[in-house]
Amino acid sequence: MSADPAPTFALWATLAAIGAWLVLGAIGLAAPRRLRFVSRVLFPLGCAVGAALAAVALAALDDAPATLVLPLGLPDLPFHVRLDALSAFFLVILGAAGCAISLFSVGYFRSSDGTAPGLVCFLYHAFLASMAAVLVADDAYLFMVAWESMALSSYFLVTTEHRIPEIRRAGFLYLLIAHLGAIAILLCFGVLQGGSGDYAFDAMRSATLAGAWPSVAFFLALFGFGAKAGLLPLHVWLPEAHPAAPSPVSALMSGVMLKTAIYGLLRVGFDLLPFHAWWWGVVALALGLLTALYGVVFAAAQTDMKRLLAYSSIENIGILVAGIGLAILFSAYGMAPLAAIAATAVCYHALNHALFKSLLFLATGSVLHATRERSLGRLGGLIHRMPWVAGCALVGTLAIAGLPPLNGFVSEWMLLQAFLFTPRLPQSFVNMLVPVLAAALVLAAALAAYVMVKFYGVVFLGQPREPGLANAHDAGRPERVALVALAAGCVALGVFPGPVIGLLEPLTVMLAGVPALAPGQGSWLLLAPISEQRASYAPLVVLVVIAAVVLLAIAAVRRLWHGRVRRAPPWDCGFPLLTPRMQDTAEGFGQPIRQVFEPFFRMERELPTPFDAAPRYSVTIGDRLWHALYLPVARAAEAAARVVGRLQQGRISVYLVYSFLTLLALLFFVR
Amino acid sequence: MAGLPLYAQLINLLAAILLLLAFAMLAQRRVLSLIDLFAAQGVALTASTAIVAWGTGQTHLWFSAALTLVLKVFVLPWILYRLIRRLDVRWDVEGMVNIPTTMLIGIVLVVFSFNLAYPISQLASTVTRSTLGIAIACVMLSFLMMITRRKAIPQVIGFLSMENGLFFAATSATYGMPMVVELGIALDVLVGMVILGVFFFQIREQFDSLDLKHLEKLKEPE
Repeated sequence: MSADPAPTFALWATLAAIGAWLVLGAIGLAAPRRLRFVSRVLFPLGCAVGAALAAVALAALDDAPATLVLPLGLPDLPFHVRLDALSAFFLVILGAAGCAISLFSVGYFRSSDGTAPGLVCFLYHAFLASMAAVLVADDAYLFMVAWESMALSSYFLVTTEHRIPEIRRAGFLYLLIAHLGAIAILLCFGVLQGGSGDYAFDAMRSATLAGAWPSVAFFLALFGFGAKAGLLPLHVWLPEAHPAAPSPVSALMSGVMLKTAIYGLLRVGFDLLPFHAWWWGVVALALGLLTALYGVVFAAAQTDMKRLLAYSSIENIGILVAGIGLAILFSAYGMAPLAAIAATAVCYHALNHALFKSLLFLATGSVLHATRERSLGRLGGLIHRMPWVAGCALVGTLAIAGLPPLNGFVSEWMLLQAFLFTPRLPQSFVNMLVPVLAAALVLAAALAAYVMVKFYGVVFLGQPREPGLANAHDAGRPERVALVALAAGCVALGVFPGPVIGLLEPLTVMLAGVPALAPGQGSWLLLAPISEQRASYAPLVVLVVIAAVVLLAIAAVRRLWHGRVRRAPPWDCGFPLLTPRMQDTAEGFGQPIRQVFEPFFRMERELPTPFDAAPRYSVTIGDRLWHALYLPVARAAEAAARVVGRLQQGRISVYLVYSFLTLLALLFFVR
Repeated sequence: MAGLPLYAQLINLLAAILLLLAFAMLAQRRVLSLIDLFAAQGVALTASTAIVAWGTGQTHLWFSAALTLVLKVFVLPWILYRLIRRLDVRWDVEGMVNIPTTMLIGIVLVVFSFNLAYPISQLASTVTRSTLGIAIACVMLSFLMMITRRKAIPQVIGFLSMENGLFFAATSATYGMPMVVELGIALDVLVGMVILGVFFFQIREQFDSLDLKHLEKLKEPE
């Protein structure tokens, strides 16, 4: 520890931000029922802290790593903190998304019969602070403490409406899987310290692991962080917990908390582990793409808008893990430039997903508040009632669908470039696998676009399906500002990828050893990962061309149109009694996907017969993995409990016999 | 036995009486007689503690003896009598296992206890060490009594007499526990008795009976 880097201003500022969030939470705890104070004072302050944190971390991206030993923790076991490029980048995500979500929360939380507002404020800020602590932790002890506080605070946030049994159930499922993951992470750190007994990350970096231990550590990390991120087959909690939570909490969990799992995977995989084996990359790649496909196919079949977004989060996490796998594969073969592209794509996509998924979850929150309705079958036509929300949601939808010139396209394009540039790898079977995996990635991206068309079309377009929707109102001012800010972020990241990748350079160098863009390649206008001859992308040009085509088309129509208007009723196929309920529904729109990917689902359909007086159609989409993997485990646990339960006879004398026999046996063996 | 001093012989005699009383309690069906037997056990215990105090000059054992006399010969039997009068549960006790079988199990337990105590009493340096086996046997027999009784009050008496056995084990193996521990245990027994007395009323209010088989309903259904 001779070259111990001194703590910098940025590190102190980060710690101050964590402290400020905790103080805000404590104040909220002291005034649990004062809704106006909590929402008008504490949440805006939390928003300001988030913005400051994002700015500080952004400035610290290319600083040298700074460390500090805090006088906190157990005796002889102090907390270590460290701020390097990786931490700083994820702190930018946390700060930026946290800032927007806090601003949105100003108008969102209302008094209900669930958790009191002050308590929600405490849990919310504790959640933010613990995520920040995870990102700066530099020893396994602080990391696990922060990780578990994150899990606990988010559990209580998910169960804000704890009087509803389904929400309690969703919360328990989340807590269970979070703990499974935490055990794996703890074991992973146990392997990583390599018998030295020192749990500081510095010691782990220098520890040498022999034989199969690095692989054990990597797969424990993949399992543990995968449980938090929603990787197959540990994804089951996500579609339950996200819809159960209040919308800002869903946004925070999906936008930021899942990224802390990606951060952990990057930290263990690229920083703490000394080298990579190629087959780790293949496993992560395959698992990631499988998760992406699974998530997007299920998203296409959902009829609840928040469940749909939750499955879409699973898809995006799959893409991120696939990118990490690709980066590991390349760096295992010593192809640093390609690894750099893959790593940059992963980080870029993490940032993008934080923005557009937060945006969409917040938009669903506004819709939910305005209509009290989550089911896609009862929404529709909201673009007329909620123009601001609809406009921002449109930007988010286009971005998540991966359309140029928005940000989703940039990261998916870069990841695809990394796939397509794959030269002949030494392993022939990996060589054959890569095109297949690239095709799977494209399929997932295309299906994501399909899902988003469904989401936007059913919620915002067409006619209102229920009469009550006519009273829907647009979001309030703070909510609008938050939504517009996130949408502007999506546009900016999409139009100016060159400068963003330039900012990410220290991070890429840390992960892969070289920057993603070779010197002289690319500029603020043009993005060209390898060379301009092979592939390049100029989003600004795309934007200008799109704008020009649209303007020219409008001008042409104005010029050529004869100007005569004839108003007539639309053609109704000869059936004059059209109602808004006859529009294409979410079920109807998703039906082709349900047919094509039928083996994925476990469908229970109830079809009406022609003779039914009141025909009813219902379909429930079940998860095959839930039935194949989780229920058997649950049944086995129940069977074991039943065997143990035979001990409980309900008779005092039988219990006395137990203790008597135990006493006799102990006396007999111990003497 | 000729080499033993008089007080040691007296202690051996009292130990035998204690064991006999334990067996008598095991066989006794009537609750009132059970309380009398318990009080008699208290008398024997007081006497043996006093004799140890006299024989070895351990002055604090005099206090123990006085405590035992007050608590186990007067206070606890009086509380139990009152409870029985108030609860009106004078009926005979129906054991779960018939008496001869219980006695046979008791004999096996005594043999086991002596076998168990033998190596320990070789190590102890006190003159009263040979009674350790009897003390353990008393604990075991009281435990057996708790197991075989259906009603709540005999179980409590079994519990109290188990404490007697432990106390006797402590005096015989190490000349008594430190005073603080003894005071603590005495207080525990008294408080435990009061709490159990309250429970008796609650149980009877709930089930109209002190038969513990009614408590089986409290078990979670299959």
